[in-house]
Amino acid sequence: MSDIYRAIADPTRRALLDELTATDGQTLFALCTRLIENGFPMTRQALSQHLAVLEEAGLVRVRREGRYKFHDVDTRPLQEIQRRWPVPDPTD
Amino acid sequence: MPTIAYCSVFVDDQEQAFRFYTDVLGFAPKHNVPIGTDRWLTLTAPGDPDGTQLLLEPSGHPAVGPFKAALVEDGIPCTAFGVADVHAEIDRLKGLGVRVLTDPTPAGPVTVAVIDDTCGNLIQLFSETPAT
Repeated sequence: MSDIYRAIADPTRRALLDELTATDGQTLFALCTRLIENGFPMTRQALSQHLAVLEEAGLVRVRREGRYKFHDVDTRPLQEIQRRWPVPDPTD
Repeated sequence: MPTIAYCSVFVDDQEQAFRFYTDVLGFAPKHNVPIGTDRWLTLTAPGDPDGTQLLLEPSGHPAVGPFKAALVEDGIPCTAFGVADVHAEIDRLKGLGVRVLTDPTPAGPVTVAVIDDTCGNLIQLFSETPAT
């Protein structure tokens, strides 16, 4: 579980999750392009390391399709956070 | 002062590459000269026969295969071509069955997309991002 907090503690990694939530199944190059556009310029090597942290926490899955490698988001590990703290809003 | 005479892409199969780069992408043939089992095979942009030539270079050297495979795996294009409207061009290419790795994505002053050239490379296409 502590892997998840570490993974989402970093603003770049949260931006990566945002990008993958908006468009799932992106290559490393596509993610790099989108992050530059959205104010997180970084090298592909740095991006690769951030993706590895997210993958370790189970938030990103790497899928190989033929000659390509795609990254998919998996938000299921975050459900633990949702179950643990949020109090139901009585006005809902 | 030097000019950019050629730019090259390493292609797995020169015949297939010739068909893809002319019939599908729309480049114009320039030189097609046999050299042993390979060819000196160049193209230009349509309507610009004296412009920079695109050399379709055989990828037989042992270093080329692993290099190309590593780029393709991460979605990294080996070169980029400008088009008038990348959205329209990607629609057209999808209609022809071309594999699109990255749909048109704004990247500041340009909008970029990435396609598979069927010869072992990814190619970026871009056009100016329209002012909003």
